[in-house]
Amino acid sequence: MATVTLDNIRKSFGTDEVIKGVSLDVADGEFIVIVGPSGCGKSTLLRMVAGLETITAGELRIGGTRANEREPMDRDIAMVFQNYALYPHMSVAQNMGYGLRIKGLPKAEVAAKVRAAAELLQLSELLERKPRQLSGGQRQRVAMGRAIVREPKVFLFDEPLSNLDAKLRVQMRLEIRELQAKLGITALYVTHDQVEAMTMADRMIVMNEGRAEQIGTPLDVYERPASLFAAQFIGSPSMNVIEAEGREDGMHVGDMLLPNPTGARGPVMLGLRPEHLVPAPDGPLALRVLLAEPLGANTLLHGMLAGGQNFTASLPGVHTTGGAEVLHLGIAPEKMHVFDKQTGRRLG
Amino acid sequence: MARQVTGMVERHGMGLWLTHLVMIAGVLVIFFPIWLAFVASTVTQPEIVRPPMPVWPGDRFVENYTAALFSGVNVPVLVMLGNSLIMAVGIAVGKIIISLLSAFAIVYFRFPARNLFFWLIFLTLMLPVEVRIVPTYEVIAGFRMLNSYSGLIFPLIASATATFLFRQFFLTVPDELAEAARVDGAGPMRFFWDILLPMSRTNIAALFVILFIYGWNQYLWPLLITTDPSMNTIVMGLKQMFPSGDDVADWPVIMATSILAMIPPVVVVISMQKLFIRGLVDSEK
Repeated sequence: MATVTLDNIRKSFGTDEVIKGVSLDVADGEFIVIVGPSGCGKSTLLRMVAGLETITAGELRIGGTRANEREPMDRDIAMVFQNYALYPHMSVAQNMGYGLRIKGLPKAEVAAKVRAAAELLQLSELLERKPRQLSGGQRQRVAMGRAIVREPKVFLFDEPLSNLDAKLRVQMRLEIRELQAKLGITALYVTHDQVEAMTMADRMIVMNEGRAEQIGTPLDVYERPASLFAAQFIGSPSMNVIEAEGREDGMHVGDMLLPNPTGARGPVMLGLRPEHLVPAPDGPLALRVLLAEPLGANTLLHGMLAGGQNFTASLPGVHTTGGAEVLHLGIAPEKMHVFDKQTGRRLG
Repeated sequence: MARQVTGMVERHGMGLWLTHLVMIAGVLVIFFPIWLAFVASTVTQPEIVRPPMPVWPGDRFVENYTAALFSGVNVPVLVMLGNSLIMAVGIAVGKIIISLLSAFAIVYFRFPARNLFFWLIFLTLMLPVEVRIVPTYEVIAGFRMLNSYSGLIFPLIASATATFLFRQFFLTVPDELAEAARVDGAGPMRFFWDILLPMSRTNIAALFVILFIYGWNQYLWPLLITTDPSMNTIVMGLKQMFPSGDDVADWPVIMATSILAMIPPVVVVISMQKLFIRGLVDSEK
């Protein structure tokens, strides 16, 4: 149990800077999700915390002490890998107890700890099996077990669920979260799946091209995205972004006139989440629907605005549209997001 | 040929019989000379040289084999078998240890000129013993290792083939495994010993069989450096039993020696067959 501090962490491979200064304070027991598209540096960041990559510049503190130069085993961390990385020739019990055996703990103590962890993860029946005799979900649990028995200060997860099928993923998501809460261990969790990020995180860090676009609670990021990138990355279907011009009387999008909640002037990017749109006969947005995707609880309507921009709306219930129907939509001003056209940063 | 071919391998009726017939014929062709050797090792010298050659075993089995094992022509075969065994096992084990370690170094450590070293090792593949035999002899003679087991074993112990094989295997082991071991606190040698070695078990077994036979069949090198008959190995000793000039050959004893020389490799292959095939066919990951 410990705090983790990243102080302007940088990483270069040769002249190629892949992490361009990330700072983060993780509180004791907090669950932090690092989310971003592939190649954004999220795994590299995690591996630097683990000690598997050297830190080019900046300082990493675990539990308040500098950890830059420490070996992984001396950092009091445990890591769960994407492909589980179980030792194929060892039984489940041996896999889980390997780290403890290396530490030189007596056999009886190792066995007791492994049993306790197996109990917690419902693996007691499987302790004598080899990894190849286990299903994906069970292997994932063993990988978790291996992390738990070491009683680390920090859990590190590197896309641990991406090899599982969708249903199992939802289940394991809950299990990991419950377990982490029960044990109260600080956790860093890397994923490219924004649903995982939204559902699991106490706070999340949205990464893009080696930078932290935004650090905040999932709802923070959802409701007040700090940048166009964060806005579009979080939320499904992703946010509509259209060019607009802010004037005295409101936001002009082609011929359409929307409210201007921030009072921004000049060309801006306007972000509207599909699920925040409501049908309104006198609404300012005219959407020519080209395709309707009924999902049951709601319907996704894909189409074009009068100005030719691609646009998606998500409306509750079932909507059927015949051909190129024009739908009028409105949006509450407080649900509108305005971004600077040049920098992509949030305005207001 | 088979009309009722239902799959790539599975055959029925005529096809099945035909393939078996060809196989049995092939086995007979290969087995017949061995059979003749065996027959020759159980009869008397006059019976061998008098045509027609006997094709059924005689009654001298015990006498001939006892003569071969305990007195031989120059040296008792038992001594030569022992020498060969020590050399073959030494070469196989030594090669495996050295190539495991060098492959481990090449795959898992970043050191200057790593690739250069790999290619240097790889290059030696192109230099068989025969090419470097004179300088090697010079070195071994300089170390006073003529007529010794170390002289028989050490020059043949470096193996580019085995290094290359283990390198390829290590490359297929996921990096995460090494990283997981690092997080678990295993140092490099611990990782090698606890994880890499057990994972290479089948490869090691397969290689052991191949290298044992390679070592067992060495001829030129032992011939060069062992002048003392008590250091002769079986393969070269066998050749030296052949008569030169007007000597009279003791064919039954020579044939008994041949049969005896075949047994250890056969035993190794058969006893390690399961592991050997698994090592060649699948890798446990």
